[in-house]
Amino acid sequence: MGRTVIEKIISKHCGRDVTAGDFVVAEVDLAMSHDSTGPIAVEAFRKYGRGRVWDPSKVLFVLDHATPSPNERVSCLHSLLREFVSEQAIRLYEVGDGVCHQLVVEKGHVRPGDFAVGTDSHTCTYGALNALSFGIGSTDMSGVLLTGKLWLKVPEVLKIIYSGRLAPGVFAKDLMLYTIGKIGAAGADYLALEFAGEVIRNMEMSDRLTMCNMSIECGAKAGFMEADEVTLSWLEERAQGPFEPVFDDPDAAFSDLYEWDVSGLDPQVARPHSVDNVVSVGEVLGTKIQQVFIGTCTNGRLDDLRVAARILEGRKVSKDVRLLVCPASRGIMLESMKEGILPTLVEAGATVIPPGCGPCPGTHQGIPSDGERVLSTANRNFKGRMGNNRAEIFLASPATCAASALEGRIVDPREFFEGKGA
Amino acid sequence: MGQFLKGKAHVFGDDINTDYIIAGKYTKTLDYGSLASHLFEDLDPGFSKKVSPGDFIVAGENFGCGSSREQAPIAIKYAGIGAVLARSFARIFFRNAINLGVPAFVCDTRGVEAGDELEIDLSSQRVTNLRSKAVVPIKPLAPVMVGIINEGGLVPYLKKHGDFKLPD
Repeated sequence: MGRTVIEKIISKHCGRDVTAGDFVVAEVDLAMSHDSTGPIAVEAFRKYGRGRVWDPSKVLFVLDHATPSPNERVSCLHSLLREFVSEQAIRLYEVGDGVCHQLVVEKGHVRPGDFAVGTDSHTCTYGALNALSFGIGSTDMSGVLLTGKLWLKVPEVLKIIYSGRLAPGVFAKDLMLYTIGKIGAAGADYLALEFAGEVIRNMEMSDRLTMCNMSIECGAKAGFMEADEVTLSWLEERAQGPFEPVFDDPDAAFSDLYEWDVSGLDPQVARPHSVDNVVSVGEVLGTKIQQVFIGTCTNGRLDDLRVAARILEGRKVSKDVRLLVCPASRGIMLESMKEGILPTLVEAGATVIPPGCGPCPGTHQGIPSDGERVLSTANRNFKGRMGNNRAEIFLASPATCAASALEGRIVDPREFFEGKGA
Repeated sequence: MGQFLKGKAHVFGDDINTDYIIAGKYTKTLDYGSLASHLFEDLDPGFSKKVSPGDFIVAGENFGCGSSREQAPIAIKYAGIGAVLARSFARIFFRNAINLGVPAFVCDTRGVEAGDELEIDLSSQRVTNLRSKAVVPIKPLAPVMVGIINEGGLVPYLKKHGDFKLPD
């Protein structure tokens, strides 16, 4: 029987041939942690009474979840991490550098065939680079810091083949929301999700990252794709060291294989308060909104900001809406300044937030008021997610968010793409 | 841990995410006691005051989905919750609970009502509802997890063994 990408990557990292269902101890290529879950990992690591982490060159810390610090408690946690990385000679990305997941891929810390873990559920993002990556807890991270290893059960793979072509104005975010709506919040529990087919092959890397980023929202252990020319050209100037892409064997066994023609897909919106509560934009047209957020590890990349600028250029955001824009990294922020994207957004009325998680995890920088509705490009809309359980969060693509910001209500963005190719 | 755990059920539905268990705005702390006072606040603002030490959380499918934040099982632990029972758990939460030594059991929770007294028999791996007299089996843990929980969590396990030992 042939093997899946996942079985092959795990086999390489545990020194024997494994198949789905096996329990293994695998060696980790990258361990990432941040200011929200990292301090607990450091505290747990200290309890082992060993001086050094297993390999500081394979560890990264990022300050992104509450940056710049909103209060003295967070400042002290940032200091705790700065002291730890300094003592351990670990690489730290500082306040303002960006969201951890964007930095890991943008700076070339993950390559095809790698096994990466992070103390954040959206660590599954790196699967877009043909790697196995997923989120773990802080105590599991303390074990990785100590041993360089993690125990895991080899997951089965649920493969989805998307055929057809997304219409102009319909994006990867819409496709992933649609997928989550079909599968459900627990539909891929303990499985790895493989995204395949011509729709994926036609996607730029930013769109692929959006897809894999949200794999966890249907419970998947990981999301991933095979490598192709887009992957290789993206890695050309970034990858730190050589790598070897990994492919499914033709006779690999999958838990399920779905084939979906998505040519007719409408823009999608996830309604409050769960990510799988997904409808076509037509069903929520006219819903009044008071805040729009474009950013996050899901949709804060250059292509996302570019689409928003294309819609907002020469126009003004509704006076009833606060538009918050957060580039996912310092590099993206710089590039969007050079390209004129950021000036366009600011002239349209956007407030720019320094690179990081921004208001997505509900700590600061745009907490909605009681009874308000937020339309966001983030990956979660749970009640209270943005810091107020009396607010409502809708999730959509950057295009739907930008177009809706102009009107103060949810609109279909396709009118901005009429007569143009995707 | 003795052979029996007994507690009163606080009942939740499916897909209870870790944001609901502990909101993101409270997670930036190492004062774990402060987490307990905000347990389930966004779902039920008075919840932490209703909990007595040893009470059980009883839920449906996919308990603990969403964020990997370990503050969720830490809040449950510091609130004095005796055990978490669910029809299924999200993967990261389940690992985190076991790593912290928080008893988490997969079993059929249908039919359990708020306030029911439940008794968990650890030796026979069964849960009895003392009101309805229903008895359900607990799904066995993976052997590696049994090893971790028997040491009281991952930190004591790795302190003792120095590395992971997979049972044959």
